[in-house]
Amino acid sequence: MKLITAIIKPYKLEDVKNALQGAGITGMTVSEASGFGRQGGHTEVFRGAEYTVDLIPKVRIEVLVNDSDAEAIVDVIVKVASTGSIGDGKVWTSPVDQVIRVRTGERGSEAI
Amino acid sequence: MKADATMEETVLNSGDTAWMLISTGLVVLMIPGLALFYGGMVRVKSVLNMMMMSFGALAIVFVLWIAFGFSMVFGDSVGGQGLIGDIGQFTFLKGLDNSTALIGTIPAAVFVAFQGIFAAITVALISGSIADRAKFGAWMVFAGIWATLVYFPVAHWVFAFDDFVATTGGWITNDLGALDFAGGTAVHINAGAAGLALAFILGKRVGFGKVPMRPHSLPLVMLGAALLWFGWFGFNAGSAIASNGTAGLALLNTIGATTAAVLAWLLVEKIRDGHATSLGAASGVVAGLVAITPACAFVGASGALLIGAIAGGLCALSVGLKFMLGYDDSLDVVAVHLVGGIVGTIMIGFVGVEVGLFNGGGTEQLVKQTVGAAAVLFYSFLATLIIGKIVDLTIGFRITENQELTGIDIAIHAEPAYELSDNSQGSIFEFSRGA
Repeated sequence: MKLITAIIKPYKLEDVKNALQGAGITGMTVSEASGFGRQGGHTEVFRGAEYTVDLIPKVRIEVLVNDSDAEAIVDVIVKVASTGSIGDGKVWTSPVDQVIRVRTGERGSEAI
Repeated sequence: MKADATMEETVLNSGDTAWMLISTGLVVLMIPGLALFYGGMVRVKSVLNMMMMSFGALAIVFVLWIAFGFSMVFGDSVGGQGLIGDIGQFTFLKGLDNSTALIGTIPAAVFVAFQGIFAAITVALISGSIADRAKFGAWMVFAGIWATLVYFPVAHWVFAFDDFVATTGGWITNDLGALDFAGGTAVHINAGAAGLALAFILGKRVGFGKVPMRPHSLPLVMLGAALLWFGWFGFNAGSAIASNGTAGLALLNTIGATTAAVLAWLLVEKIRDGHATSLGAASGVVAGLVAITPACAFVGASGALLIGAIAGGLCALSVGLKFMLGYDDSLDVVAVHLVGGIVGTIMIGFVGVEVGLFNGGGTEQLVKQTVGAAAVLFYSFLATLIIGKIVDLTIGFRITENQELTGIDIAIHAEPAYELSDNSQGSIFEFSRGA
């Protein structure tokens, strides 16, 4: 099993969510995040002074999938979240030891 | 204030009374308006303290107003010197707190309430210069002492006309003859100069000039500015103490000058920084309101536009001074209230109807205006330095650096401004004792 984590532009969330549902995922977790990558921050003005804001708002998506599905789901996210401009985000996968459904106690692939 | 009011009018006028009841309510609305205006401008960790300083000022100052403040402002001038009213004459409003006593054509009770809120607002305005870092208890002590030793005397100088409430009044309005309709000197120059002095006493916030200290909620700032503007109709038009043409002119100019100030502030920002900001618009509103306060019944519509435009531009340029000169007037009390108050007070000498230099009045009024403004500025600045220093040396004015970094809301008031998540519930470990 794998955990797919994606950091994307907030306004791309709706598209990515719809695409992932279409691709057959059974659940996802979304959280608001902030950070920086090669894009860096942006500039804000206050009382005539310009400030660099280092951390800019992003959305983090987490999806649990079976190993065999991981590549396809990653491709869907990358394709839909891409705008071609700097700051589109990142997607990565990591191995998962165990998954348990809290209500039933099912384990492993059954719980995904 | 109404310069031609005399004691011969002793009949209650219901129209005047109705307008002054409304005006008093409007002026009270300026306190939460100011609290929102200031509260939105600070960081998320010090919103409540900022708002509490306004509410606290209202509470302490109005109680003192009833006890002896009104008497110090509107009682007979001690020795006829025009410096301070007789504290014993209306102590605890004796003779005035009933339903039959009149001042001018309105109930004495309404006049007392209306003028009392002016005192509270003036004190609350000062708090903008010491955001994020003042002990609340020390602020309350300062507010009480400052109202007593600075506002009450200065309001006597400016607002106490001979033969209105008492026989003898203050020197600026009666002897000098400077014009100040609703408090450009007594309220705004007074608060602005005090704000500057307190910024020196308290010192800079940790990280001032290095860390961005941006407003946490600009919509709150805009809402606060809007409520201030609404309340200001009571402040300016209510200062006619009558429902008449003077009040009408004051109301018109309170809109004209303010809109001109917004345009001027935004223009300065656009040229200087490339962006017209909402903070600039809200600040322009207040700058215009401040500047027209002394002049609103003494100038025509074009004079009001000119005053607003000059104030908006000058105040916008003045907000950078604190970084150049190195004092942390956190929310620009100096740039808006001191500069705006001076602009409005002095400009009467140029554009005042009949008296102004541009209207064939010569330089006589201009000199009077300048002397009045300077007297209030220097007295307020010096007295505030002394009062602030004494408070600092005795009970301490500033919170600790750790408390400041944690955030004054949690450290001093034990409350966060915003509880946006249920995830940090905790549990009740002790109920209030002695309930």
